[in-house]
Amino acid sequence: MAIYKLQVNGKTLQADVEADTPLLWVLRDHLGLVGTKYGCGIAQCGSCTVHVNGSATRSCVYPVSAVGTSQVITIEGLSEKGDHPLQQAWDEIDVAQCGYCQAGQIMTAAALLKQNPKPSMDEIEVTMNGNICRCGAYHRIRDAVKLASSKI
Amino acid sequence: MTNKTTNSRRDFLKMTAITGGGLVLGFNWFSAEANAPVVISNSAMAAGNIGFNSYLSIATDGTVTIMSPNPELGQNIITSFPMVVAEELEADWKKVKVLQANLDNKFDRQLTGGSGAVPHSWKLLRNAGATAKFMLIEAAAKVWSVPSSECTAANSFVTHSKTGKKLSYGELAEAASRIPVPSTVKLKDRKDFKLIGKSVRNVENRKIVTGQPLFGLDFYREGMVYAMIQRPEQFGMKLKSFDGSIAKSMPGIIDVVSFKNNVAVVGKSTWQVLKARKMLKIEYEKEFDLESTEDHDKLFLNLMDNGQATVRRKDGDVDTAFKNAAKVIKGEYQCPFISHSPMEPMNFFAHVRPDGVELVGPTQTPARARAEVSQLLKVPEDKITLQLTRLGGGFGRRLKNDFATEAAELSSIIKAPVKLIWSKEDDMTAGTYRPACRYRFEAALDASGNLTGYKLRGVGINSGNPTREHNFPSGAVDNLLIDSVEHKSPITTGAWRAPITNFLAFAEQAFIDEVAQAAGKDPVQFRLDLLAKAKKSPVGDIRYDISRMEGVIKMAAEKSGWGKKKDVSQGFSVYFSHASYVAQVADVIMRNGLPVVKKIYAVSDCGQVVSMNGASHQVMGGIVDGLGHAMYSKLSFRDGAADQNNYNTYRLIKMKEVPEIETHFVDNGIDPTGLGEPALPPTGGAVANAIFKATGKRLRNQPFIEEDVFKTVS
Repeated sequence: MAIYKLQVNGKTLQADVEADTPLLWVLRDHLGLVGTKYGCGIAQCGSCTVHVNGSATRSCVYPVSAVGTSQVITIEGLSEKGDHPLQQAWDEIDVAQCGYCQAGQIMTAAALLKQNPKPSMDEIEVTMNGNICRCGAYHRIRDAVKLASSKI
Repeated sequence: MTNKTTNSRRDFLKMTAITGGGLVLGFNWFSAEANAPVVISNSAMAAGNIGFNSYLSIATDGTVTIMSPNPELGQNIITSFPMVVAEELEADWKKVKVLQANLDNKFDRQLTGGSGAVPHSWKLLRNAGATAKFMLIEAAAKVWSVPSSECTAANSFVTHSKTGKKLSYGELAEAASRIPVPSTVKLKDRKDFKLIGKSVRNVENRKIVTGQPLFGLDFYREGMVYAMIQRPEQFGMKLKSFDGSIAKSMPGIIDVVSFKNNVAVVGKSTWQVLKARKMLKIEYEKEFDLESTEDHDKLFLNLMDNGQATVRRKDGDVDTAFKNAAKVIKGEYQCPFISHSPMEPMNFFAHVRPDGVELVGPTQTPARARAEVSQLLKVPEDKITLQLTRLGGGFGRRLKNDFATEAAELSSIIKAPVKLIWSKEDDMTAGTYRPACRYRFEAALDASGNLTGYKLRGVGINSGNPTREHNFPSGAVDNLLIDSVEHKSPITTGAWRAPITNFLAFAEQAFIDEVAQAAGKDPVQFRLDLLAKAKKSPVGDIRYDISRMEGVIKMAAEKSGWGKKKDVSQGFSVYFSHASYVAQVADVIMRNGLPVVKKIYAVSDCGQVVSMNGASHQVMGGIVDGLGHAMYSKLSFRDGAADQNNYNTYRLIKMKEVPEIETHFVDNGIDPTGLGEPALPPTGGAVANAIFKATGKRLRNQPFIEEDVFKTVS
């Protein structure tokens, strides 16, 4: 066990955990940030996606010891007022069904738009294809990313 | 549609004002005998012994609050229920607030399953809204000393038409609570609906997109511990002995305990528990046969010919019909086990205290969870509370409450509040599953291509009845025999979204296509001819509505341009399940020698649509679910153990694999008949029939991806 000081959503937070603890469980069990979801635990579904220094990262396989001074952004910190263009588009298109995978979908899309603010439908599909939505809301996820990109 | 509805007097309670003022109208949600509202007082609420179980309240600031009793798993009942109330109430939708109700003894049907919530509650919800509106209008008329017939309600205001005077629902709420509850109220004509049938967004969108703690796995209680269970990895094995000493010595681990076939690791965080669980040393011993998919494949063939079949339906004389047939067509179809695999893994919180039990978590059947915990721990039900959380998907998996009873049993052993978490691997390998089934269809045609005989034998593993013997084409064939054989297995199965029909519909609709082809008839016309025959001279019991089925078939043919497209191969399918009708057409093209599903058209008759986008989401999700599992998903077994245990080996459909989907709804004014499941069953058949047209090859086994048409590149 060791104390890790993490830069999460613009704040310095600390957790006393083992070095191999995935960032996902540090966020959820130790820092009370449960918006980041546990889905598969093996980086296959994307529910746990957060940003580490701006890159979409599967937090379920990312050990806390690797975080260092990197800036971690979770769904709770994506925007101050919950009004990121993607969050607004998700509401406008009414994307969610059960909603469980959506934080990971939004974080994956947010990293894409940061890098490529005007992606084509193909680019959206290539990036989002790694995020599973068991309810099958894929059409609306794609449309919402497109809508958000038109407002950036 | 009836526009008058009667309130049962004996259920009314006359009340005094409530805290903070306003109107609180209670009603018997799902009460069989009376969908009757009551006005509720503080004292009555506190006493807790009155005959209501939910309420609609209007506060003096105009906020309308309605409880939503059903578990929410993405069917969006938390939005569509209040829409129905607000419609009749003439409430300003922006002022409507929805609260998730916890388990309450007085709910009769507080569950999510069977596509039944809206059909069950439709009249009650409308009645509740209309009753409150009536009382608000009466209250305003009294204030102004005018006849209530001169007053109208709209947008959370009552207006006196002659003078233009206006009072808000908030201003009227207190006075309305002193108006007697009417014995009858008039419901709106559907042509005047302002909300129902329109697109209204999910009321929980904001919480979802900002990562608020909504789900069971997000629940946290100060002082709670985390636990995971190691269950036998092979169905048929039982626990013999275990050594948890290494696990127990690991950091953060509080205890290792055993009950039934389970070894549970309890600790201070999920990760510590996950790591320690891998260090358990467990010996299992054989209790039942360890079955493999290979065994099941042989068993299916054997039982198909030699099994002791249970007759499900028999009309006429099939033997003679087949003896005299000009042509006999046979087709067999088989599906594997599949996992429900909702995104949120199974989990539940339990705190067993000396004075009672507290349960919190995601379940489709909260009342059943409580009953099972009551029986297990010998604690009376009234000492058990259950708080519902949003469900990260269900698909039938959370109809079963094994995770809730495990959590309760564990809490009673370790005497601490505990959150039990299943890993994705636990969920995929420990059951329950959609049962594996095999079907044999046989059809007899006369010289003119008329269907004179029809036989279906279903063989299933822990399937219950694997047939739906009264579905189409039963009723349209003079000589028909449907029977089934079930094999009992240690591999646990359960209801999976659209139970049985999720595969049976594919098999049946693919076979009908084969028969139509053999008869030299267009597949759509062939179905319409059968329905016309069923209408004219019905055979035996017919439990589907022939006109509604004809309606979706004709509309799907029209919307999809059936028979008019040159550049795509089209496949047709139609199915009646639960109480709704859905017809689908799939457009398939060939790309690099492989079939690709380009588009699926869906026409649904689910009666009145409540939320248009909610309904469309159910249909699109059902199609993606039906296509994805038909194409890609299977669980196979070796010596009782599942070969696939997570998304790296168990394939789910992804974004790039979904076709365009076009949804249409029949607008016929029938009361709602449900939509959570009915759009799923037809998809596999429409796709397989289109692939046949494109390739000349029949798909008979799921997942399709393992069939030859997807392997050979020509």
